[in-house]
Amino acid sequence: MAKKYELNEIEVWDGNTAVSHALRQARIDVVAAYPITPSTPIVQNYSKFLADGYIDGEFIMVESEHSAMSGCVAAGAAGARTATATSSQGFALMVEVLYQASGMRIPVVLTVADRALAAPLNVNGDHSDMYLGRDAGWINLCAYNPQEAYDLTLMAFKIAEDLDVRLPAMVHQDGFICSHTAQNVRPLSDAEAAKFVGEYKPVNSMLDISNPVTHGVQTEEDWHFEHKARQHNDLMNSKNVIKRVFDEFKTLTNREYNLVDNYKLEDADIAIVAIGTTVESARIAADKLRDEGIKAGVLGIRVLRPFPFEEIVNALSNVKAIATMDRSAPGGTFGMLFNEISGAMIGSGKSPIILNYIYGLGGRDTTIEQLIEIYRQLDDCARSNQRKYPLQQFIGLRGPKLSFF
Amino acid sequence: MTKKIRNLKELSLSNDRYEGANLMCPGCAHNIIVREVLNATDDPVVVANATGCLEVCTAVYPKTSWDTSWIHIGFENAAVAIAAVQTTYETLKKQGRLPKAAQKLADEGRDIKFVAFGGDGGTYDIGFQSLSGAFERGHNFMYVCLDNEVYANTGGQRSSSTPIGASTTTSPAGAVSYGEKMMKKSIVEIMADHGAPYVAQVSPSKWKDMIKKVQKGYEAKGPVFINAMSACTTEWRFASEDTIAVSDLGVDSCMWPLYEIINERDEHGIIYRTKLNITYRPKNKIPVEEYLAAQPRFKHLFKPENRHIIDLLQKAVDIRWENLQRREEAGV
Repeated sequence: MAKKYELNEIEVWDGNTAVSHALRQARIDVVAAYPITPSTPIVQNYSKFLADGYIDGEFIMVESEHSAMSGCVAAGAAGARTATATSSQGFALMVEVLYQASGMRIPVVLTVADRALAAPLNVNGDHSDMYLGRDAGWINLCAYNPQEAYDLTLMAFKIAEDLDVRLPAMVHQDGFICSHTAQNVRPLSDAEAAKFVGEYKPVNSMLDISNPVTHGVQTEEDWHFEHKARQHNDLMNSKNVIKRVFDEFKTLTNREYNLVDNYKLEDADIAIVAIGTTVESARIAADKLRDEGIKAGVLGIRVLRPFPFEEIVNALSNVKAIATMDRSAPGGTFGMLFNEISGAMIGSGKSPIILNYIYGLGGRDTTIEQLIEIYRQLDDCARSNQRKYPLQQFIGLRGPKLSFF
Repeated sequence: MTKKIRNLKELSLSNDRYEGANLMCPGCAHNIIVREVLNATDDPVVVANATGCLEVCTAVYPKTSWDTSWIHIGFENAAVAIAAVQTTYETLKKQGRLPKAAQKLADEGRDIKFVAFGGDGGTYDIGFQSLSGAFERGHNFMYVCLDNEVYANTGGQRSSSTPIGASTTTSPAGAVSYGEKMMKKSIVEIMADHGAPYVAQVSPSKWKDMIKKVQKGYEAKGPVFINAMSACTTEWRFASEDTIAVSDLGVDSCMWPLYEIINERDEHGIIYRTKLNITYRPKNKIPVEEYLAAQPRFKHLFKPENRHIIDLLQKAVDIRWENLQRREEAGV
């Protein structure tokens, strides 16, 4: 039986430490992992917890991220609660198996310390890996600070394993800016966390030898479409379970989570839409604008998948100009948030001015001043009711200004 | 306890976990090998399968040929898949959380057997990293390579198991080519050098030898590797009723020698003694040419300009056979 880990009411943890404690408290049966910067400390901490007797389950230190995710899928099929951690190139190596995990309906939890993708090789934070996996059929939860990384990791198990969901879930945090930045975190006790996450409920366990099961079949044109449609349907409907788990967590901790994280949007004329630590920076920038009487707000994406269409539209319905902030090289088109926010607004009959800002690639710092400048452009557009700036601008970039469309 | 099998009839009447009426080509050796591997034990067997002929022919939704738990994830991860399933078994057993039937069996001191099947593509090539990792970590499972020396599932492309001189769709024989240029990878020795407690090469034409080795594999503690010759009627291009005859030619020419390597090791992978046994010695070692002549994939080698490749192959086979005998004699 695993030893109880004595925790203080308030711990000073970086995002990685917070996540590794959440994984320990979730009483995982099998972790298969391969270390990669900046998520390495999660794997290291977990190994140390195991070595010190705080974990009952097994840890397989595999030879690659491909095997890490494959091991999680197979362990899940065998009836194990399972999770792993990765970043960047490791995430890219997992991509094939991410689709297999969701298609096989194995509720793996993957914690991601998001990082740029090579080339050029770069160990710092951006959202390239998150964007690479966004169509993989996983639930995607996004944390902005270590407390949220901890909370969302615990909640991810409960959401993914819900019998109406049975889909894998990722928890994102910004590499280094969140993963390596120590802040105050209020953890649950081991007992509270275990009770909240609950016992794992195996479905179609391979080890139930009285009822043999076939996992990972072939389907061609006659059945593949129905499988993928059902999978999409269940991912879309997981929204209800996510909301329920957020509510249960609030009851337990008084910490509130929503599908989108609205900041001063009730009366806002202009808004920044972002993911990750930049959401918190944008709130500071919005307050500075508000000091000048400019009604600025922030929409933080908390749940990227399933896409919170109604919540986004409701929150932005009276906003006149919106900045969509994409921290991933757009690869020849608009950034993902621009496309999805534009689609949501147009799809609901709204036509605000929407601009796309590409920022922070490879860990480039994004300053409050830059965010204020974005708000000023939005304000300019909102006041004149005219799009006065290119649709896509790169910010914080050395050299001449880069913009498109 | 090792299952007693005295004759083929008895084996064929064994508790069947694998439906032979599947989509495989008539005469495919995969079916023979898989069925016999599963029937070699009375204990429950749980299977992982790499993408390949076996997988695409036996689990097409909504049907399955498997009356035992089975998983397929991808082409290159069958070894880690079975390792993770076995690890799950270990932890749930330790925690007392196994499903009832498995727990009851464990209480009787009998464990589920864990087996992975992969073709030579999923084993020698794309799945090799996962295989190597799982062997190094010492998981308790048996990996069976169904070696048909070609990517048969996708239309007969060469693999690193394709022997020199074979014409495949990516190493075709032509006006200026005799086909595949390289000897096949020595997978048996490579896996033995991972410190596996038991590694063996088998042919379904020598079924008693095959069953005996598979049973030794089931009894061994740690990762076991079995390389099974799986004659392919489609890509080797012989008549579907000749599977066993062609396999015998492979064994009798020593193109496919039957042997085992035993590493006496502890749970840390420290090897105290290694022993190689040749388990079948042809009374009359036939020329390689007879094996090649039975398979149109080697037809072009009989042209005058390519005859030297047959000589080369004969030489390579003779050297290997000599080396195996020396290792056996030396007890290493």
